[in-house]
Amino acid sequence: MSKTIYLDYAATTPVDERVAEKMCKYLVMEGGLFGNAASRSHSYGWAADQAVEEARKQVAQLVNCDPREIVWTSGATEADNLAIKGVAEFYVKKGKHIITSKTEHKAVLDVCRNLERFGYEVTYLEPESSGLIDLAKLEAAMRPDTILVSIMHVNNEIGVIQDIAAIGEMTRARGVLFHVDAAQSVGKVPIDLGRMKVDLMSFSAHKAYGPKGMGALYVRRKPRVRLEAQMHGGGHERGMRSGTLATHQIVGMGEAFRIAGEEMAQESERIRMLRDQLLKGVQDIEEVYVNGDMEHRVPHNLNISFNYVEGESLMMALRELAVSSGSACTSASLEPSYVLRAIGRPDELAHSSLRFSIGRYTTAEDIQHAVSLIHEKITKLRELSPLWDMYKEGIDLSTVQWSAH
Amino acid sequence: MIYLDHNATTPLDERVLEEMLPWLQGNWGNPSSVHAPGRAARSALEQAREQVAALTSAHPSQVVFTSGGTEANNMAIKGVAGRMPAAHLAASAVEHASVQQPLASLGRVGMTVSSISVNEYGQLDMQALAEAMRQGARFVSVMWANNETGVINDIAAVAAAVRDAGGILHTDAVQALAKLPVDFADSGAHLMSVSAHKINGPKGVGALLWDKAVDMEPLLHGGGQEKGRRGGTENIAAIVGFGRAAGLALAEQQGRYQHSLALRQHLEHGLAAQLPEAVIFGAGAERLPNTVFLALPGLEGETLLLELDRLGLAVSSGAACGSGYSEPSHVLHAMGVPAELARCALRISFGAGNTVSDVDALIAALQQAARLQLKSAAAW
Repeated sequence: MSKTIYLDYAATTPVDERVAEKMCKYLVMEGGLFGNAASRSHSYGWAADQAVEEARKQVAQLVNCDPREIVWTSGATEADNLAIKGVAEFYVKKGKHIITSKTEHKAVLDVCRNLERFGYEVTYLEPESSGLIDLAKLEAAMRPDTILVSIMHVNNEIGVIQDIAAIGEMTRARGVLFHVDAAQSVGKVPIDLGRMKVDLMSFSAHKAYGPKGMGALYVRRKPRVRLEAQMHGGGHERGMRSGTLATHQIVGMGEAFRIAGEEMAQESERIRMLRDQLLKGVQDIEEVYVNGDMEHRVPHNLNISFNYVEGESLMMALRELAVSSGSACTSASLEPSYVLRAIGRPDELAHSSLRFSIGRYTTAEDIQHAVSLIHEKITKLRELSPLWDMYKEGIDLSTVQWSAH
Repeated sequence: MIYLDHNATTPLDERVLEEMLPWLQGNWGNPSSVHAPGRAARSALEQAREQVAALTSAHPSQVVFTSGGTEANNMAIKGVAGRMPAAHLAASAVEHASVQQPLASLGRVGMTVSSISVNEYGQLDMQALAEAMRQGARFVSVMWANNETGVINDIAAVAAAVRDAGGILHTDAVQALAKLPVDFADSGAHLMSVSAHKINGPKGVGALLWDKAVDMEPLLHGGGQEKGRRGGTENIAAIVGFGRAAGLALAEQQGRYQHSLALRQHLEHGLAAQLPEAVIFGAGAERLPNTVFLALPGLEGETLLLELDRLGLAVSSGAACGSGYSEPSHVLHAMGVPAELARCALRISFGAGNTVSDVDALIAALQQAARLQLKSAAAW
């Protein structure tokens, strides 16, 4: 079997070699950098603490904030949990209404669902068919008891970019806190927290060539945002998140974000060309639909539905390509993607969708190979498909009355 | 520099690093993805789960991976106790901050939290436990071994008392793991927290062992990983490292125990001979083989620590997380140690890399520090 072509960078990325090399120095005895950053009584602890603070600066620099606004977490899921539950619990006397969207990551949606069990009210905005939020609908959803708006920057399945700056203006004007899940955007598009009126922002390392198990939450200092901690203990991270800091992972995230800052502009251009090559390569197939807006979208993502092809068979047929059907977290289930449903895609199209996500190590040859493979397999699958035959015979499938067996 | 602070953290075993490297440098799948790289990650994850289960005599399905001991403690307390209606919770007076603080947070939202006293050696007072159960405690947290003194509790006896009263027992076994045989199945505990970086594994990973008869809400929601118990993409490299560290600990447990114990005895004999005024806390109790919590009366701990660092010895005054504070140890306070003496506390914790000559260097340094102190006292 030939080597798998990895086109699933939105699920996770490999650790950049430069990052891995740096991480390894902070693990073993040799070099004296393995210490506990909370150890205040010896140089092992001081060295670890110094490395942690250096990484904090690197992360802060990429998003233009104060290093003291960065709180380390075990990943974006924890950052989302801390932001939403932390705000909900701290500001409960102010109100119990939260606004989010139907296309958020599960880490946001599941937290919101859970808060509903404790008397919070959540409005789930329905995005337009482009995947973008209509700001007028957001404005209409705001109430006097709204305490938080949580809208992701870039969607993990369809890659569309929300207008975070505009939402920030609306929330700030109303004194409502604004949380942004930026797991899929950081390192792909510029983020300037000095200008955007965002109060909380979640980051992940492993979507940006850093290690898994590492993330951060940006918590604005001016105007100050308060949180109820979700992990209590030794009082690390100024009491917002306790637990021994994983120095090597933090260093890895710092290095990954440093590299992103340096290479993002050039890399995005290269990736945009690959994405266009992929899109061009499959566009001449009949009954192919791109999901999500193409203009407000990261170049790294292409989400396509191949009509009249069954999704699972498509995945099997294309097993030389590591791609995903929907987000990785839910791809083991057979439910059609809730994101595609929310933007109004019919179930058939949602079921036959694939997410291609392109990254640092994708080559033009990879794309070329993927394109020819897709052509070959789609043709073969459609030859076997009675639905395709009916479509070709001009039967409108939406009017067919299926008899029950 | 001689590192004698293994209860704060341990260096990664080179063999563990070897096992982790492929997961940092080539294999990078997300275990939730169904394609080949994803499936490879899934299989590594499950192998590590079996290794951690083997070290703790748990069933692999009882192992829930977390970001560390603190998260495991928070998950146990908030996820189980936090969901018991109007529960009465109790914990020993010498618990780690990552047990005390989540309990305190439940106290702030109206739950009753009581403290179970320990005796002068730092062991749980079984009569106080019985009294807490009589008063209605239904969730109890008692650590297996204390991080500062190394004093070991009889968890099976604690579990029996808690179970008899219909309660649930959580034990923080972070410091006991790999230093002692830790058997989750036999202990009778319902929940047990463990951590990788205290057993020569990587930081940023731990686990909660969980008896599924107990209802537990997740602490982190989203994504449905760990069978819905803990959301978030799994930290594969670290989990694989934890698995390998657990495997090595199991294979080498006896040797490591003897090695640590020999160093501890060498230190304690040396102190008795060279610095007879030294006090060893919890000396009357069964303790971890690697831990000596001591004081040289009149020699203030923080000053002594910095002097030892200058002399090339890394030790601590107690819990690393609390190292920033100048408050004397709450553990010693609970044991009835006077504050003046508690301020002199110094924790020595050995690891696999330490030698007898490290211990000799420590004793010599302590003697030198004591002499300097006497001189400066005379100069006053």
